[in-house]
Amino acid sequence: MISNDQCATCPAHNVANLVKLGINMEQFDYLVALAGNPNTGKSTVFNNLTGLRQHTGNWPGKTVGRAEGGFIYNDKRFKLIDLPGTYSLLSTSTDEEVARDFILFGQPDVTIIVVDATRLERNLNLALQVLEITERAVLCVNLVDEAKRHHITIDERALSKELGIPVIPAAARQKVGMDSLLKYVFDVAVGNYICKPHRISSKSKTVANAVNDLKEMIDKEFPGLPNSRWVAMRLLEGDQRIIDAVGSGELIDLIQNEKIQMKNGAEV
Amino acid sequence: MNKNKYEKIISKANALRWEVGENFHDSLMESIYADAERIAHKSIEQKSIKRKYDFDTRLDKLVTSRVFGFPIMFLLLAIVFWVTIEGANYPSSFLASILVDTFHPVLKGFAASLGIPWWIDGLLIDGAYLAVAWVTSVMLPPMAIFFPIFTLLEDFGYLPRVAFNMDGLFRRAGAHGKQALTMSMGFGCNAAGVVAARIIDSPRERLIAMITNNFSLCNGRWPTQILIATIFIGGAVSPHIAGFVSAGAVVAVAVLGIVLSLVISWMLSNTVLKGEASAFSLELPPYRPPRLVQTLYTSLIDRTIFVLWRAIIFALPAGVVIWLTANVEIGGISLAEYFINWSDPFALLLGLNGVILLAYIIAIPANEIVIPTILMLTVLVTGSSEAGAGVGVMFELDSIDATADILKGAGWTLLTGINLMLFSLLHNPCSTTIYTIYKETGSVKWTAVATFLPVAMGLTVCFFITQIWRLLV
Repeated sequence: MISNDQCATCPAHNVANLVKLGINMEQFDYLVALAGNPNTGKSTVFNNLTGLRQHTGNWPGKTVGRAEGGFIYNDKRFKLIDLPGTYSLLSTSTDEEVARDFILFGQPDVTIIVVDATRLERNLNLALQVLEITERAVLCVNLVDEAKRHHITIDERALSKELGIPVIPAAARQKVGMDSLLKYVFDVAVGNYICKPHRISSKSKTVANAVNDLKEMIDKEFPGLPNSRWVAMRLLEGDQRIIDAVGSGELIDLIQNEKIQMKNGAEV
Repeated sequence: MNKNKYEKIISKANALRWEVGENFHDSLMESIYADAERIAHKSIEQKSIKRKYDFDTRLDKLVTSRVFGFPIMFLLLAIVFWVTIEGANYPSSFLASILVDTFHPVLKGFAASLGIPWWIDGLLIDGAYLAVAWVTSVMLPPMAIFFPIFTLLEDFGYLPRVAFNMDGLFRRAGAHGKQALTMSMGFGCNAAGVVAARIIDSPRERLIAMITNNFSLCNGRWPTQILIATIFIGGAVSPHIAGFVSAGAVVAVAVLGIVLSLVISWMLSNTVLKGEASAFSLELPPYRPPRLVQTLYTSLIDRTIFVLWRAIIFALPAGVVIWLTANVEIGGISLAEYFINWSDPFALLLGLNGVILLAYIIAIPANEIVIPTILMLTVLVTGSSEAGAGVGVMFELDSIDATADILKGAGWTLLTGINLMLFSLLHNPCSTTIYTIYKETGSVKWTAVATFLPVAMGLTVCFFITQIWRLLV
């Protein structure tokens, strides 16, 4: 019995049992989103995991809608959503809204944030924003091969400690790091790994208090909303779309809609 | 009841907003940047900063330089077309000899031995099969050469540099700099280019990008350009420079498309779609060594086979339609001849002919089948006078030379060739693109503008070129 258990939890066993499902995923256990800056290799990671062949290109803005695919890992079915690449979640272009609405309202079980190892600092801006709105995420530091060519070394343990989520170095084009990415996605999804995501530290006490006050009110009216802190910040900032969604109580519908869309596999 | 509760949150937020001050957004962004910097500092170690990006920087300086940027771009395009034109002839005639010369008679013989009625045999073998055989032999070789090379350039990271070079021009035209990217995407497929316009934030600029995307020559139109340039432009000069000259002609048409897309953007943004160009930042991705095998595979599957499949899907019914228009007769004249005779005077005024106009109507679903349709219709019109071929049946053409003979035999001149190349650039988008524009804009009005504006331009340009040509030559 014990030996069986050990087998089942060994990553080598699981990788060997990775089943790429392509687009075939009517039912799934966990929903995984792929977010990241444009041109960091999200689609390449997506293709590696699902066995699909989304066209990849070396230029920003290639993916504008969202692509869906699936895989089975360790007997669990995962549905993977490739979101358009964005530089931030705070602006209002259509492609960024697709990404933002999905992470915010679609409530993925895990969000894989793909960053470019050669542009880590700039890419972290988005990673930090994603961590504001989700509890469970995994950072995939892609293109480490390229970083190596440029003599850049990333201390993934330090990074993981700072961000409070697993950090996996990868070179998706060479299929390097995909095994441990899968392992950590699985661990975060089932709760083996509890994330303690980094929160943006506000220097001003007034701001911190204001955010907290609002968050409490929102939590009371919208129980179960996982990212009330972020909604509070958007309200403070005066994001009209969020104001409308909260004011009309529509926020609940938005959450439900994204969920239903996921269940039905409907396109955006 | 509930509503009040929700609104309470909003009024609380409004009140708090006064407390935290107006620069909340800025201070939030500052916090994010500060955190990102701190974390990055802790976890990145970088050796020998001097050598970093050395190659990339030097290459970028060259390909985005004010002096060399555009010449390099044109040169690269020209090389790609030259390789395509030089390389496509042999495999093209090889495929034609198999599919058309060998297989078609076999099928005919087989049908005859089964005693299939002449009209079924004609509809399926002379119509559908021949159209597909033609599409394959005319289009497959140039695509199989062109797309992998183009994809290699794309994977290498050259497209964003093109966008960088073009950005200033688009901004001066009152359009968004990212339109350079959607335009590049349009060189693959206009429908994809229209969808890609989602990366543009401002609705005004996005609309401009969608309307002008059709000025990027798409997959379906490259073969037309390459074939016609080879026959008529290359044929007009001495053979040893023919390849270069015809490649140059294709580049000229592609560049004209870019210029027109700028001009139309400028006109739109100064009339019906007035507004300022918005700023944006474009990140030049690092150059990445393209993966040869992977690129060959994806460009073959994603592009070559995709386009070919689409062409075949549309060529099948088109072949049937062509055969029908050639064989359904009213008062002893077939429908096709009726239309061609009727439209010829008008078409000749434009330096085209009735066959070309009819082909563009039949080929609305896909630009890919324009050339095969033109060939079939031409054979149909001239065919009755030549021995051997039935009505609406294509000749057995086994090389580009034979194609040239057919067209020249039907009275095509250098002028017809030039006008067809221009009309191929300037005509309505294919039905897929039209539908995509409608889906993306949700507006019948703008869809109509995007559809009819290029046709009107094409007719006008051909008319003037023809009139001037006839004055001078």
